[in-house]
Amino acid sequence: MSVEIKNQSNHIDESHSHPKPMTYFKVAMALVILTALEILVFYFDWLGYGIIPVLAFLSIAKFAIVVMYYMHLKFDSKLFTYVFLAGLILAAVVILWLMALFGWFV
Amino acid sequence: MTTIPFKLPFNIKLYRPVSPTGVWGWLTTVDHKKIGVLYGVTAFIMFLTGGIEAMLIRTQLIAPELKIIAPEVYNQLFTMHATTMIFLAIMPLSAAFFNFIIPLQIGARDVAFPRLNAFSYWAFLAGALIMKSSWFLGGSPNAGWFGYAPITTATFNPGNGIDFWIIGLQVLGVASLAASFNFIVTIINMRAPGMTMMRLPLFTWMTFITAILLVLAFPVITVALIELMLDRTFDFNFFNTKAGANPILWQHLFWIFGHPEVYILILPAMGIVSEVLPTFSRKPIFGYPAMVLAASFIAFMGWLVWSHHMFTTGLGPIANSVFTLTTMLIAVPTGVKMFNWLGTMWGGDIDFKTPTLFAVGFMSMFLIGGISGVMHSFSASDYQQQDTYFIVAHIHYVLFGGSIFGIFAGIYYWFPKITGRMYDEKLGKLNFWIMFIGQNLTFFPMHWVGMQGMPRRIFTYDSGMGWAFWNGFETIAAYAIAFGVLIFVINMIKSWNGGKKAGDDPWDGRTLEWSIPSPPPVYNFRDIPIVKSLDDFWQTKQNSSNSDAKVKSKTKVSDIHLPQPSYWPLLVAVGLTIAGFGIIYNLLFTGIGIGIMLITVCAWSFEPVNEPDSH
Amino acid sequence: MSDETTTGLSHRKLLIWVFLGSDCMFFASLIGTYLIYKGSGVLHPGPADVFDIPTTSVSTFVLLMSSMSMVFAYAYLVRDDIKAFRIWMFSTMIMGSTFLGFQVFEFSEFYFHDDLSPQTNLFGTTFYALTGTHGLHVTIGVIWLGIIFYSSLFRNTVTSKTNLDLDLAALYWHFVDIVWIVIFAVVYLFGTFTGFPSS
Repeated sequence: MSVEIKNQSNHIDESHSHPKPMTYFKVAMALVILTALEILVFYFDWLGYGIIPVLAFLSIAKFAIVVMYYMHLKFDSKLFTYVFLAGLILAAVVILWLMALFGWFV
Repeated sequence: MTTIPFKLPFNIKLYRPVSPTGVWGWLTTVDHKKIGVLYGVTAFIMFLTGGIEAMLIRTQLIAPELKIIAPEVYNQLFTMHATTMIFLAIMPLSAAFFNFIIPLQIGARDVAFPRLNAFSYWAFLAGALIMKSSWFLGGSPNAGWFGYAPITTATFNPGNGIDFWIIGLQVLGVASLAASFNFIVTIINMRAPGMTMMRLPLFTWMTFITAILLVLAFPVITVALIELMLDRTFDFNFFNTKAGANPILWQHLFWIFGHPEVYILILPAMGIVSEVLPTFSRKPIFGYPAMVLAASFIAFMGWLVWSHHMFTTGLGPIANSVFTLTTMLIAVPTGVKMFNWLGTMWGGDIDFKTPTLFAVGFMSMFLIGGISGVMHSFSASDYQQQDTYFIVAHIHYVLFGGSIFGIFAGIYYWFPKITGRMYDEKLGKLNFWIMFIGQNLTFFPMHWVGMQGMPRRIFTYDSGMGWAFWNGFETIAAYAIAFGVLIFVINMIKSWNGGKKAGDDPWDGRTLEWSIPSPPPVYNFRDIPIVKSLDDFWQTKQNSSNSDAKVKSKTKVSDIHLPQPSYWPLLVAVGLTIAGFGIIYNLLFTGIGIGIMLITVCAWSFEPVNEPDSH
Repeated sequence: MSDETTTGLSHRKLLIWVFLGSDCMFFASLIGTYLIYKGSGVLHPGPADVFDIPTTSVSTFVLLMSSMSMVFAYAYLVRDDIKAFRIWMFSTMIMGSTFLGFQVFEFSEFYFHDDLSPQTNLFGTTFYALTGTHGLHVTIGVIWLGIIFYSSLFRNTVTSKTNLDLDLAALYWHFVDIVWIVIFAVVYLFGTFTGFPSS
């Protein structure tokens, strides 16, 4: 890995792409719609346990767009992504494995 | 002592120390070298207290049916011995080296967050004081270093002992987390130009991996301890079987932390060995990339094996089989490292100085401990071994013969760099041999005694069990270990100020720390080195035709800017301590402590990293 | 003094991402505990008995919008529009505090109205611990934002040059929001189920 020496200052590096304010607003609207869908689906009793994959999909989508756009992970150095994903993936594995050990997936 | 004012909100002016000396200098230091020394001395004192606890345990067990130590006190002794050795000795001794050596090895002047670094020391000291003060404040924790629920709940353990354990560990956790965040950022972001990740010294690599494990593992035990504390203090139901709780939840959370923790304990020692062996074999480490990969694999697999500590709790055959498999797998990368160390020494021009002895001692002792570990990994045989002295043997081979021997190798190896003086080589060798023989005589018989059925954590045993001879033997051998440690202490005291002057590079070393004076100047490197390869310092020495023709540095020392001292890290730690004691005694103090922390953290954040025009 | 870093990235920004990765494990342990105990012990009062999804939905929307507000505050700071920055910053704090207010309201409803305390049963214990810890995180966030807001208003030290300080606080704020996204789905919307269907 080659070493680049850049200035570490408080000044944000504008050289990579930056979402416009409109994009942020669109993300907010997406969040509203996804949340509304989640709540709607909550009242669909006929779904039964089928609600689980639906909720999982919707909440993961919300999670992802906040992380990628609001937290800027999509546009920043990949190092931040690796660092965060390490914790996130391990956290998911631990939760799922604990659930398995306590008989959730029997 | 001059001061620099800096403004806070509300127009309060506070004075900031500039180049303080004496005690105030130590209290406000942000210099990684001073902090390393603080860690090292404090941790070694803690190691001695843990050793005293061990000697008391062994004395009680020297013969059957003794009543030297009451059972209630005995329970506190083994709990505190383990807790002390793991959290107050091994981890901070490793941290002493992280602090002193890492910036030197990567060619930096300090760590990324010097005040956070100071804070991690003061928080460690706070945790140590909280933990040890339990002896004098009504009784120490008595439920083992792993504190299984429900024996740790208020129903079964109404005194304060467990509360000291919880709060002590939480404060220590804060210290460890702060330090680990610091080292992760430092190692990623403060390497000298040309120092790519694959040119890092192996000690730095092991530190990096250890720190990553730490920041991911400690949150889990933090939650477990919070849950236990909520149960004890506020009657929550996390481990209340009457409410339907399953106490095995504690074991899961604890060991999800606990297994990565044992790799946190061993990887730094492995890193030290990976520095010592190449230096004293005058050969580069064999298979550098494989060493990095093996350590990474160990760290990764370390998350998938935790329930091998729980084989006898009734998890069922599927869980037991899965964890058996994963545990057996994790032995493989350690084997890779063993062969690579052997490969390093093979054909080398080996100099058996004290560091080398401890490094080779580490290899052999850890090998034995690893083999017994593989024996436990098979859940079926573990049914016989679990909770017996067979496990105690394993633990001490890997942690004493492993971690401690590795740390001692590091102490002897870097003693000249830290103090500028040579230790007494004769005393060093004597120290090694006594400790090595003592370690084997003390802990090897525990394999047999354990197989004969002697359980762990018993304060005495019946004379008819047939364990008396070996227990007596082990105790005498343990006293020998203590004697060996005494030799070490004498060597340190004698050599710290009175040893022969060491010079910059007494071992003809390979890594950057040997390229600067001993002890290093406060700014470490006059000029930040430009790194061109692995073992760059060694390569430089081989390539330079005339070692006397050192290029004169053009940098003026007065131009080098260093982070300024600060008292906020100490004050935040004080607030943390008060808050901790408050949870044990009176919640009002928790409120006061949190208030102090809020104010001092804010003041810290308003204090500039460096004053303008400062030096 | 050299300001160079090996990767060109800010020390503090790297630090906060490592911290957030670590905090994932923290919340994972609490969520894991919640899920393990779901459907165990005394079942009433349980989620179906106490949850008021419409009300919690409102507080969820508020928290989500606070993230948008946070993003605007940052965008305006970078453009050196300090007045707009202050407005959006204040609005983020208001929304965050509103969320906390809803939490307090919800907790007191459960406690006084439904007789659900942390001591009542496993659901009470795990629910209050998980959402309470999240609420503590939000509180710390509001205080952090408050300090930056104060610095801007009374010391005038917040400018586009110091935008990193706000960037860090914003990352923390968004993280607290995404944890709530998970909690809202797992605890509230999935609440009426006692577990997966048994085989």
